[in-house]
Amino acid sequence: MIALIPLFPLLGFAVNASMGRRLPKTVSGGLASLVMLASFAVSVAAVWQVANLAPAQRAIEQTLYTWIASGDFVLDLTLRVDPLASVMILVITGIGSLIHIYSTAYMHEESDREYARYFSYLNLFAAFMLVLVLGANFLVLFVGWEGVGLCSYLLIGFWFEKRSAADAGKKAFVVNRIGDYAFILGTLLLFVRFGTLDFQRIASAVAPLGAEPAFGLLSVGTLLLFIGATGKSAQIPLYVWLPDAMEGPTPVSALIHAATMVTAGVYMIGRNAVLFRHAPETMAVVAVIGAATALMAGTIGLVQNDIKRVLAYSTVSQLGYMFLAMGVGAFGAGIFHLYTHAFFKACLFLGSGAVIHALHGEQDIRNMGGLKAGLPITYWTFLIGSLAIAGVPLLAGFFSKDEILFETFARGHVILWTIGILTSLLTATYMFRLVFLTFHGERRHDAPAPAHAEEEEPAAHRPGSDLHQPAADLHRPAADLHQPGAHLHDAPPAMALALIVLALGSVLAGYIGVPHALGGGNALGAWLAPSFAARSATTLADQAVGEVGEPGAGEAGEAGGGLELSLMVVSSIVALVGIGLAAFIWLRRREIADKAAASFPGVYRLLLNKYYVDEVYDATIVQPIRIVSQEGLWRGIDVNVIDGAVNGTASIVDGSSSLLRRLQSGSVRAYAGSLLIGVVLILGYYLWR
Amino acid sequence: MIPLGHYLIVSAILFAIGTAGVFLRRNLITILLSIEIMLNAVNLSFVAFGRAQGNVDGQIITFFVMTVAAAEAAVGLAIVIGLFRHRESLNPDAFTSLKW
Repeated sequence: MIALIPLFPLLGFAVNASMGRRLPKTVSGGLASLVMLASFAVSVAAVWQVANLAPAQRAIEQTLYTWIASGDFVLDLTLRVDPLASVMILVITGIGSLIHIYSTAYMHEESDREYARYFSYLNLFAAFMLVLVLGANFLVLFVGWEGVGLCSYLLIGFWFEKRSAADAGKKAFVVNRIGDYAFILGTLLLFVRFGTLDFQRIASAVAPLGAEPAFGLLSVGTLLLFIGATGKSAQIPLYVWLPDAMEGPTPVSALIHAATMVTAGVYMIGRNAVLFRHAPETMAVVAVIGAATALMAGTIGLVQNDIKRVLAYSTVSQLGYMFLAMGVGAFGAGIFHLYTHAFFKACLFLGSGAVIHALHGEQDIRNMGGLKAGLPITYWTFLIGSLAIAGVPLLAGFFSKDEILFETFARGHVILWTIGILTSLLTATYMFRLVFLTFHGERRHDAPAPAHAEEEEPAAHRPGSDLHQPAADLHRPAADLHQPGAHLHDAPPAMALALIVLALGSVLAGYIGVPHALGGGNALGAWLAPSFAARSATTLADQAVGEVGEPGAGEAGEAGGGLELSLMVVSSIVALVGIGLAAFIWLRRREIADKAAASFPGVYRLLLNKYYVDEVYDATIVQPIRIVSQEGLWRGIDVNVIDGAVNGTASIVDGSSSLLRRLQSGSVRAYAGSLLIGVVLILGYYLWR
Repeated sequence: MIPLGHYLIVSAILFAIGTAGVFLRRNLITILLSIEIMLNAVNLSFVAFGRAQGNVDGQIITFFVMTVAAAEAAVGLAIVIGLFRHRESLNPDAFTSLKW
């Protein structure tokens, strides 16, 4: 039965890819959505089956066939649903279905052929993502891992006639290759060490060992896996592809680059929790990278002007949170945040898609404003999503983010906690900057028309903003906006449905993980706990490590109830302060932001240019490789050595032949003579020797 | 009984005559005849060896050689006729166009 979960989307892919161009849009889009819903139904049934087992045995497996059998080494194509995988498949198929439904309306302006191509990619992505999370060993996971990378490439470059989209697709693919290379090296290292690739068997083999005292083989292996995760999940140093990935259609950004694929790295660490827990050095690296990414992406998000790029940096930042949780050993908290983030970030992306759809492709928030009246559904769902991500109490993001911050603090990582809380402030501020600039105030056209947003001077757009600032215009109704033909239409039903469901999810999703401090049971934490322990979790050594690494969610909740409450109050205040700050600056006194930008031009430019990381990578990695490839490998080795060898062989043959061919005189007598001489010489040799 | 050496000497003389004919004559048909002489020189030595050793192997191989020689003569003469039609000549030096 488990096999049906990825097979349904694969069927949709096969149909849409083979004959989609001849199908009308309702059929191809409807089929794609239907197979996702079918997959969701099977997932629910599978999870139900898992939930009915005793907590320690919660896993069902299906071995499809033996993939590789080589001597002692046998590798099966096995799918396994355990508590961790069940959360993932529900998120992927559930949110995936909503995004498919949303896409049927969003992509409606494409031709039948492109429409079917889009849905075939989307279905293929879902199939690979499900293989990734269902795979019971590293190799099956890797198949999904590479497959989603391929689909990500195809979908980022969906509008490949556009140069920037094609480039962004290539960038994502190449950057991911770097991570994948490290990932497969890590896999091989673990195979050499443990002789198996099965997650459970590796976990059982690791469990009796103590935590690795010094930097050793486990640390190297897990670090390599983590590098793979930084590529897939857009962490420092390989995060650069994700903001560019926004060139793809918006639902793709929501599904692949916010809700599912980019969380694969977090999932992979959660899947190997036992392994990572035994490599404290790696865990420290994971936590620090996560916190640094969260902060850095948050600061960049504060000044970006493209609605989707702000959300992209926000995604990078939230993924940083998840890695922070993983790194401090709070695996349950990290997966909890992954799960709630999927709801509100998908909601936000789809909301931004509705805005872009309504404005016919406008993405620059400087050209937005006052859309609240024209797009009520979009506005309210976007607002709920923003409140959830900002961590306003009682919404989904609040519970998961607070659990991460609490676990970080409770485990003594005060500096990381400070970074986390600072990022929380930034998150609230940039999200509400986005809300206020997009939906409040009044429609603006401030963006400099053709120039690249990144290259302009900070002061360049100020005169424009002053022009549209008069207070008298503030209450102009949205309907008579001055753009010709700007008849705003709110999200069509299919889009509205997805938005509303996801907004509801953003409100309610957190309630399955209400911490003990608030009187909840942290049901999700308890549900996930078996996945983070080895099967035979009763060995003493593992318990010892378990206490160092991760206290069970229950113990932590009881021990630190008061602490958790006070931390919650702090982060709630921080979230509200962030929102208030955004409201003060971008709702009341917009000139403050411009003044701040003008008085710190260096900082502003640094942030606007994303810390020049792309430029630094270009100068330190891309250009040297380019020069070495062009001058050294191409003009040097390829032209001289390889072509030289080939051409040299040919000219040696040519030169020696031009001598040898003189022997071919065409005279039969000469041939017969040489034959005779040869025979005489050979016979003479044998006779006289 | 005639000793083996005498046969071999006759065989060598015949072979030398044939070789000389191949190299010295300017007529393709004569060259083919010379080749036949060389083959028969070899046949003679085979038969002589067979008789000296008291078995029939030499005679058997001689029958093979004669068969092959007959075939070769047929093919060779056909080629010679073809060549003659082509060049109106039987001089082997006239047929040197098959070269670099």
